[in-house]
Amino acid sequence: MTESFINARPATVLRPPAPPKKWTRGRVVGHLLVGLWIALLIGLLVYLYSAWNPELIAKYGPTYLAGLKTTIGLVGSSILLGALISIPVALGRMSKNRIASSIAYAYVYFFRGTPLIAQVFLFYYGLGSFKPQLEAVGLWTFFREAWYCALLAFALNTAAYQAEILRGAVRSVSLGQWEGAASLGISKFVTFWKVILPQALIVALRPYGNEIILMIKGSAIVALITVYDLMGYTRLAYSRTFDFQAYLWAAIIYLILVEIIRHIWDWLERRITRHLIR
Amino acid sequence: MRITKRLVLAISAAALAFSMGAAHAEDALKLTIASEGAYPPFNNLTPDGKLEGFDIDIGNALCVEMKAECTWVSQDWDGMIPALQAGKFDAVIASMSITPERLEKVDFSKKYYNTPPAIAVPKDSDIKDITPESLKGKTLGVQGSTSHSNYAQAKYSGSDIKMYPTSDEYKLDISNGRIDAVMDDVVVLGQWLDSDAGSCCKLLGTITPDPAIHGPGAGVTVKKGNTALADKFTAAIAAIRANGKYKEINDKYFKIDVYGGED
Repeated sequence: MTESFINARPATVLRPPAPPKKWTRGRVVGHLLVGLWIALLIGLLVYLYSAWNPELIAKYGPTYLAGLKTTIGLVGSSILLGALISIPVALGRMSKNRIASSIAYAYVYFFRGTPLIAQVFLFYYGLGSFKPQLEAVGLWTFFREAWYCALLAFALNTAAYQAEILRGAVRSVSLGQWEGAASLGISKFVTFWKVILPQALIVALRPYGNEIILMIKGSAIVALITVYDLMGYTRLAYSRTFDFQAYLWAAIIYLILVEIIRHIWDWLERRITRHLIR
Repeated sequence: MRITKRLVLAISAAALAFSMGAAHAEDALKLTIASEGAYPPFNNLTPDGKLEGFDIDIGNALCVEMKAECTWVSQDWDGMIPALQAGKFDAVIASMSITPERLEKVDFSKKYYNTPPAIAVPKDSDIKDITPESLKGKTLGVQGSTSHSNYAQAKYSGSDIKMYPTSDEYKLDISNGRIDAVMDDVVVLGQWLDSDAGSCCKLLGTITPDPAIHGPGAGVTVKKGNTALADKFTAAIAAIRANGKYKEINDKYFKIDVYGGED
């Protein structure tokens, strides 16, 4: 009898009705602002439609594509190379060894504290004036090419940021994880690789995404050392047409690129935090 | 109360001064002129950031001739025409060639000088002459967004063309041995080759200008439709040519007459 009493539930769950939404000041302002954004977007689309010039697209479209390839190739390679360099730097930053930690500290201090453009110029024009010495050690073929100079400068720059991301993430995992693993007799290396790093990378994921996005936009200066990327070809197209839709198209391409990264990152985050969802 | 009275007095005094200033401005033509400042000997920046060079001296002579009060501003080369179109200044005197491409967007006075383009190479270079065949497969440096870069892209398609933001950078790169040749105005290259900085290199030869790309020479650039100002500059150029002022400035900088043939 008790059982049937417990099971006797109403067929539908009744909820109290939602309170009526009031037109508060915040809500009015919000609607107005969203309306403004939609109006701007429509304005942009109308402008692009009215300014659509098949001749310009045919002439400069392929150069934009070539520039996009350069941008993606350069940023992709420097992020990967930077990730490799960042591991020893992050280890150095966390090391108890005074020499290792001060070298890593100085490295991060320099590359985070100076503008990327200054670093690119130093590597390209600065090292360019040491041609005889570089030739003597056989490095000139590398430093002769602007692309490699840009790659090196970008990789070293992003490595400094990535090392800090990695260090912060590893530090964010509580010490108890280390102690727990130690009490089970697991070696330090395995603890780091199998216990700490998987937890740290969840923390590091968003900052890594930010770093890639910052590099994509930061790479727009590289045309100054004759590597023509998306921004370089944009400036070239603008200087010959004086039509500012050249910059508008570049902005749209950069926006799409960043949007793609953002979606990949959302997907990655959902994927690696599945065990945290209750 | 006293404060209000003083305020009223100060405002009316300021208004009076302003109206007097405005009345004065109508008497003399006031012009703001832009130049680049990275193209010696035509235009260059002094260590304390002032513009100097042939373009500037000619501009000042033209202003005297036009009885105009001129102020100079320096502007990056890439942004020169957009800034002119946006009305940031009234005219550009920056060795800007009168090209068909630019004439679609801005207006020019008649030329104030015309010198041919040329190519320079390192002293030990194996490049024989300035023909596109001889430069095939070589790296050729030019300043971007110029008639020289357009010409290089059109005629020297077999070469690897590197575009630099200003002439300073390609000079640095050819003396470092990164590029095999550079193309620019013969006077610009000549002045650099005569200096210590240009001791790495030599003049390979001059190029016959292509009217479709290089145009008839360098002119004073004004906003599209401002033909009244362009005509004033044209008249002033003719006047300083006639009264010897042009020759005086020309001889200060060059051994030859950079004006070129009469057109």
